[in-house]
Amino acid sequence: MNAVLLSGLLGVVMMFASFLFRTKAPVRILAILGMAVLLVANVLDTKGIHFFHVNTTGFLSFTGYALFFNTIVIACTLIFFLISSKDMQKVGNHYAEYFALIFFILTGIFLVTAFTNLLILFIGIEIISIPLYILTGSAKKDLKSNEAALKYFLMGAFSTGVMLMGIALIYGATGTFDITKMNIAGLLKSNLLTAGMLMLLFSMCFKVSIAPFHFWTPDVYDGAPNVFTSFMATIVKVGIFVGFLHLFYTAFDAIALQWKIWMAVLAALTLLVGNITAVFQQSVKRMLAYSSISQAGFMLFALVAMNETAHEGLLLYAIAYCLATIGVFGIISKMTDYSFDGFNGLAGHQPLVALCVAIFMLSLAGIPLSAGFLAKFYMLKAVIQAGGYMWLVIFGVLMAAVSAYYYFRVIQAMYFKEGPNHFSGISAFEKCVLVGICVLIVFTGLFPNIIFGWMYF
Amino acid sequence: MIALLLILVPLVSGLAAFLMKKEEQVRTWSLLAAIITFIISILGVAVYTAPGCWTFRAGWMGSLNSSFSLKGDGMGIMLCLLTALSYPVIFLSTWTTAYKKVHNFFGLMLLTQAGLMGVFLAMDALLFYFFWELALIPIYFICSQWGGEKRIAVTFKFFIYTFIGSLLMLVGILYVYSRTPGHSFDITAFYQAGLSLKEQSWLFWLFFVAFAVKMPVFPFHTWQPDTYQQSPTAATMVLSALMVKMGLLGVLRWLLPVFPFASYLNGDTISLLAVTGIVYASLIAMRQDDMKRLVAYSSIAHIGLMCAAVFAEDKSALQGTMIQMFSHGINILGMWIVVEIIERKFGTVKISALGGIAQKAPVLTFFFVIIAFANIALPLTNAFIGEFLMFRGILASRVSEHGVLIMATAGLGIILGAVYTLRLGRKVFFGETNALTEKGSDIVFHERAILAIIVGAILILGIYPQPFLNALDHISQSILKNSDVLPMLMKQKH
Repeated sequence: MNAVLLSGLLGVVMMFASFLFRTKAPVRILAILGMAVLLVANVLDTKGIHFFHVNTTGFLSFTGYALFFNTIVIACTLIFFLISSKDMQKVGNHYAEYFALIFFILTGIFLVTAFTNLLILFIGIEIISIPLYILTGSAKKDLKSNEAALKYFLMGAFSTGVMLMGIALIYGATGTFDITKMNIAGLLKSNLLTAGMLMLLFSMCFKVSIAPFHFWTPDVYDGAPNVFTSFMATIVKVGIFVGFLHLFYTAFDAIALQWKIWMAVLAALTLLVGNITAVFQQSVKRMLAYSSISQAGFMLFALVAMNETAHEGLLLYAIAYCLATIGVFGIISKMTDYSFDGFNGLAGHQPLVALCVAIFMLSLAGIPLSAGFLAKFYMLKAVIQAGGYMWLVIFGVLMAAVSAYYYFRVIQAMYFKEGPNHFSGISAFEKCVLVGICVLIVFTGLFPNIIFGWMYF
Repeated sequence: MIALLLILVPLVSGLAAFLMKKEEQVRTWSLLAAIITFIISILGVAVYTAPGCWTFRAGWMGSLNSSFSLKGDGMGIMLCLLTALSYPVIFLSTWTTAYKKVHNFFGLMLLTQAGLMGVFLAMDALLFYFFWELALIPIYFICSQWGGEKRIAVTFKFFIYTFIGSLLMLVGILYVYSRTPGHSFDITAFYQAGLSLKEQSWLFWLFFVAFAVKMPVFPFHTWQPDTYQQSPTAATMVLSALMVKMGLLGVLRWLLPVFPFASYLNGDTISLLAVTGIVYASLIAMRQDDMKRLVAYSSIAHIGLMCAAVFAEDKSALQGTMIQMFSHGINILGMWIVVEIIERKFGTVKISALGGIAQKAPVLTFFFVIIAFANIALPLTNAFIGEFLMFRGILASRVSEHGVLIMATAGLGIILGAVYTLRLGRKVFFGETNALTEKGSDIVFHERAILAIIVGAILILGIYPQPFLNALDHISQSILKNSDVLPMLMKQKH
C-alpha cells in the first residue's frame, strides 16, 4: 500500500514542482529523490512496515510476489530516470509534468499487479494508459509524435471499451467482480463467461502488443519521443504483463483448457511477426519496437505454462528485458542517427558505450552469462514443465535464433564497420549508470539465486 | 583443483589482457599464460591417478539443482592437454602477425581457451551449455574483426548455424532435465533419465544437430570452408584443431549414453551420411586451388571418419576416435602452421601460383612431408593408430548393419586423401621454382622449434601409443556400458 499512495502523492508534488522551481535541475533531482523514497517505502512494505493502514475491502491484495515485482519496477524506473532524465528536457517545456505523469503511471502499475477486483484492474489500466497517451504526444511540434498519440489514443480507447464489455459479461456470468470468488469451475459451459474472458484476453493482448493486436506498436514506439518509448516498451509492458498473468492465473485457471491453446498460438504468432518484421528494419529504434513485440511473445510463455517457474521466469524476464532495453534507449536518445548505419564504427569512437550496447544486445538475444539468457531459460523451462507444448518451445528457440540476427547486426555495425561519429556525447555519471546496468545484467545472469533469495526471504 | 585452474588461468589472464596497452606486453603475457596453462595440464597428467585432483565441485544455481561440477576423465584430460599444448604453439607460430587492437585479440583468444577447457571438463549439463556458448562468442568476435574481406558475412553464417544448434540443444537439455529423477542437471542424473524410445528418437536430433554443426558432419558443413578461409590463421587453428572436438566430445559424452536407443537406431544413418561426407569432401579437396580450403575440406573428411566410428559403438572404435581427436588436432595444427608460413613468405596460398619451395626451403619441406604423411595416416604416424583402430571397430561393430559398406566408403576416402595431400606437396613444394618462389628462404629457428614439437608429437604417438590407449581404456568402457542397448531391449521384452 505504501507505494500506491506515495507514488500518487509524488505525482501531485511533481505537478506543483513545475511552478515552484524556475530551473530544471531541482525538478530532476526532486524526481530522482522521490523515486528513491518510493523504492525504500516499497522495500519497507515488503519487510512488513506499512506507512498507511487502509482498508481496501478486498479490492487489493499485496502479495509478496506483487510487492517484489513493484520493487523491480521502481528500481528500473529509477535507473531510467538516472540515465534518461536529462534527455527528457529535449522533448518539451513541461518537464515536471512528465515526471508527474510517470509517477501516476507507476500508481496504475501497482494497482494492476495487486488487484483482486476487476474494477481495480480496469482503473489501473486506465491510470496507466491516459498518461501514456499524453507522453506519446508530448513532442507537440513533431508531426509523428502527434500521429502516434492520436493513433494510440483511438486504438487504446477502443480496447478499453472491449475490456469493460468483457468485465460486464463476466459479472453477468458469475455475479461478482472479485477474481478470487468467481468459482467458475461450475460454469464450464457458460457462453457469457467465455465471451467475457475472450474480450478480456484480447484487450490485455492489445495493451502488451501481442500479435495480431500489435499494429499500433511500431508506429507509436517510433513516433513517441525516445525517452518515453523506452519507458513505455519496458516498465509499462512488464507491469501490465504481471497483471495479465495474475488475472488468468487467479480467475480463469479452472477453464485453462479453453484458452491455453489460444495463448500458445498467440505466443507463436507474436514471435513470428515480431522477429520476421524486425529482421527487415533499417532503423534501430523501429527494430527495437518489433523486438519488443517478439519479447512479449516470450513473456506470453508464462501464461502458457501457468506454474511456479513461470512466475519466477516473468520476474527474471522483467528484470532482463527492462534493464537491457532501457540501456539501449538511453544510448539511442543520444544518437543523431538511429539507423543501423548510424552505429557504424561506434566501438572506435566510444569504446565503453559500444561495449555496453554489445552487452545489452547479447542479453536481449539470450546469450548465456547474461540475464536475458536466464529469463528465456526460465520461460522455456516453465513450458516444458507444464508439458504438452513442445512445438511452441522449439518454435520459440528457432525464433530466438532469428532474433540473434538483428541484435548482432548492431554489434557488427559497431565493431566491424567504420563510420563517422553519430554520438552526441555522454556525461561521466551516465557512463557509470550504463556500466552499472551491465554489471547488473551479468550478475543476474551468473547468480540468479540471489535475486530469488530476495524474493523468498 | 587442476580442472578449475585450467579454466581460471586462461579466463583471468584473458580478462587482464583486455586492459593492457603495449603490444609487446600483451603478446608476452598471453604466451606466458598459455605456457602456464600447459605446465598445469602436464602436471595434471602426471598426477592423473591421484584421487580428486581432476575433480571440482561447487554450488552454483541451487534452486535449479545445477552445480559447478568439473571432472577430467581420460577423454577430457586428453583434450585439455591438446588445448593447452596448442595455445603456446598457436601464439608462437603467429608471433609476427600484426593485429589491430592486439590486446582485444589475445584477450578473446584466451577466453576461448577457457570456454574450451570448460566444455571438455563440465559434468553438469547447464554448465556444459554455458561453456559451449562461452567458447563460441569470443571466436565469433575474433573471426569477424580480424579476418579476410568477406569475414563478417561468413562468420555470421557460422554463428547462426551454431547458435541454432545450441538453442535446440538447450531445449533438449531442459526436457531431459524435466525427466531426470529429482530434477538435476548432473551428468549422472542425465544418464539415469530413463527416457522412452519415443522421447529419445526426437530428443536425439535436438542434441545431434548442435554437435553435427560443430564437427561438422555432412550436410551441416557448409559454414566451415568459408570460415576457415576467411578467419585469421590463429583463429582457424583454434577452430579446426580444438573446436571441432567439442562436437565429437558432445556425441561421446552426452549423446550416446543419454540416448542409447536413438543412437542405436540412427547410428547407421549418421555413419552413412558421415562417410558420404568423407568422399564428397575429399573429391572437392582434390579440385581446390586454395590451400586453406583444401585443408578445410580435408578436415571434414577426417571428422567424418571419426563420427562414423563413434556410432559403431565398439571399444576399439571409441579408443581410436579419442586418439584420433588428439592426433587430428596435432596434424591439422601442423598443416596450418605450414600454410601460414607459406602465406607469410610468399603472400599467397594459391597452389597454382607456388612451386619448387623444396629447393629454397628444405627444412620446411621436410617437416611438411612428415605432417602430410600423418595427414594420410601412414604407419608410424599418429593418425595411423587412430584410423586403424577406428576401421577395426567399424568392422567389428555389433550395432551397425552396414559395417562393410561404411568401411569401404571410408577407405575410399583415405585413398582420395592421399591423392589430394600428395598433389598439394607435389605442386607446392616440388617441381620448378617460379618468379614468386625464387626469392624464398628457409624457416628460422623458432619456426623450426614449433614444427619440431608437432612432428615429435606425431612420431611419439605413432610409435608408442600404449600409454594413451591405457588412459582411454576406462572412459571408452564406461561410455559403452552406459550406451549399451541390449539390457534395455531385454527389459522392454519382459
